[in-house]
Amino acid sequence: MPEALLAIDGLDVFHGDFQALYGIAAEVAPGEMVAVIGANGAGKTTLLRAVAGLLGRRAAAIRWKGRPIGGMRADRVAALGIALVPEGRLLFPSLSIEENLLIGGRMGRRGPWDLAAVYRLFPILRERRGFAPAQLSGGQQQMAAIGRALMANPELILIDEISLGLAPVAIRQLYEVLPGIVGEGMAAVIVEQDTTRALAVTRRFYCLQEGRVALAGASGSVTREAIGRAYFGV
Amino acid sequence: MEWVNAVVQGTLLGGLYALFAAGLSLIFGVMRLVNIAHGDLIVLAAYLALSTAAGLGLHPLAALTVVVPAMAAAGYALQRGLINRTMGGDILPPLLVTFGLSVIIQNGLLMGYTADPQKLQAGTLETASLSALGLTVGVLPLLTFALAVAVIGALQWMFYRTALGRAFRATSDRQDVAQLMGLNRAHVFGLAMALSLAVTALAGVLLGIRTAFDPAGGGARLIFGFEAVIIGGLGNLWGTLAGGVILGVAQAVGGQIHPGFQILAGHLVFLAVLAVRPRGLFPKMEG
Ligand SMILES: Nc1ncnc2c1ncn2[C@@H]1O[C@H](COP(=O)(O)OP(=O)(O)OP(=O)(O)O)[C@@H](O)[C@H]1O
Ligand SMILES: [Mg+2]
Repeated sequence: MPEALLAIDGLDVFHGDFQALYGIAAEVAPGEMVAVIGANGAGKTTLLRAVAGLLGRRAAAIRWKGRPIGGMRADRVAALGIALVPEGRLLFPSLSIEENLLIGGRMGRRGPWDLAAVYRLFPILRERRGFAPAQLSGGQQQMAAIGRALMANPELILIDEISLGLAPVAIRQLYEVLPGIVGEGMAAVIVEQDTTRALAVTRRFYCLQEGRVALAGASGSVTREAIGRAYFGV
Repeated sequence: MEWVNAVVQGTLLGGLYALFAAGLSLIFGVMRLVNIAHGDLIVLAAYLALSTAAGLGLHPLAALTVVVPAMAAAGYALQRGLINRTMGGDILPPLLVTFGLSVIIQNGLLMGYTADPQKLQAGTLETASLSALGLTVGVLPLLTFALAVAVIGALQWMFYRTALGRAFRATSDRQDVAQLMGLNRAHVFGLAMALSLAVTALAGVLLGIRTAFDPAGGGARLIFGFEAVIIGGLGNLWGTLAGGVILGVAQAVGGQIHPGFQILAGHLVFLAVLAVRPRGLFPKMEG
């Protein structure tokens, strides 16, 4: 495997007194697509938020191109080229769709993504650009949230619950464009409830169970039974 | 005719109240902070103009070139150095800190300038007036009102048409997600306070040319500013201007009925609006 873009080692994260992650170890190589799966409450969101700089303290637990970034302020992490599409999308409600995209691009990082490129990827967003996020369907909101992250021209995009709550047609649409946007200059970590789908589009996966990595490996060769055990700990 | 005159004078006075209110509204909108020291900062700006005008031999309006940047810089430093440290979670600590700040400013001014009322000397601007249609209006109130409209228009434009405005609105919406966009919340809050105090500086200088001021005068300005914001509806800048005008007219008409009734009339109209429309007359439309 090429040198890791992101290397996590011994990551513990707490929500107050409650420990949500225990000694997580994981890696993402440049241009790679990795799945993080696991049951509700396993700690997937906590993991992504820690990488994005919203949680966690210990610097050495998360390395970006070899440099310790754990506990770094989220805006600094973003400037390094790590973008999070948060669970629940969390668009800015008082900004129009286009403004949501523009604010995603405010750091001015170089790369292929700009307003025109996002509109080419998701033409419906161009039509809805003056709308408030609440006026869009869930699938369209997810497109806007992904577009907002792409606007930053990240080297790593973290997508939390890419398909949760979306109509099947919207899910299919998102998964169709996904392989096209990842690769070359950008790696991706996707958190997904639908493990079959997640394993189909990624090269490697990590399965979390109660805050620990219960299983990790190549997405193509893992068996259903192994996933089932890692998921539920039975 | 007296009544028409009262309404006109009150409207123009409302411009000054809108300037008191705009800075208050801005920081409440961006960071949900109620700045109890806002009125004292207005008075502080007036004193700063007094010293600048005296020290450099400037007209008070020319002193704005010093006072506005100085207040903006002080606002940024104040936010980054003090208020930010109390923000996040509970709303009480920042409230108490600004209350403490209010006490400190009042006592500092008392020590530095004594309790004697002061006034900014603006020469002919203080007395110049225009007459039309049987009404006489002062140039200063007219100028104040025009500046209020200009400031509110500029803030509105900044808020809805610029990258800085987007950053303010995004931070106001969701602070953590705004951080993910590379926005440093502490810096954004600092800029909001800087802008707020820049407007406050203008308000303070116009106040100081219009009337005498003393170190204890901040409280009343805070109240008028608050009332204008609430009457107009939180989060709506043009509403704030309308709120200032309604308050100004209520006071002027009240004063016309009986001089002692002036301030009370303003408060009564405020309470009436609050009772009938708790969210103000023009609350922000939720998307
Ligand atoms: N803000 C919080 N305060 C306290 N506990 C939290 C907080 N956020 C998450 N937790 C707890 O941490 C654990 C991991 O939560 P997390 O949201 O990371 O799980 P998840 O794998 O993303 O779950 P889901 O599939 O439901 O999104 C859960 O037990 C959850 O209850
Ligand atoms: Mg989650």
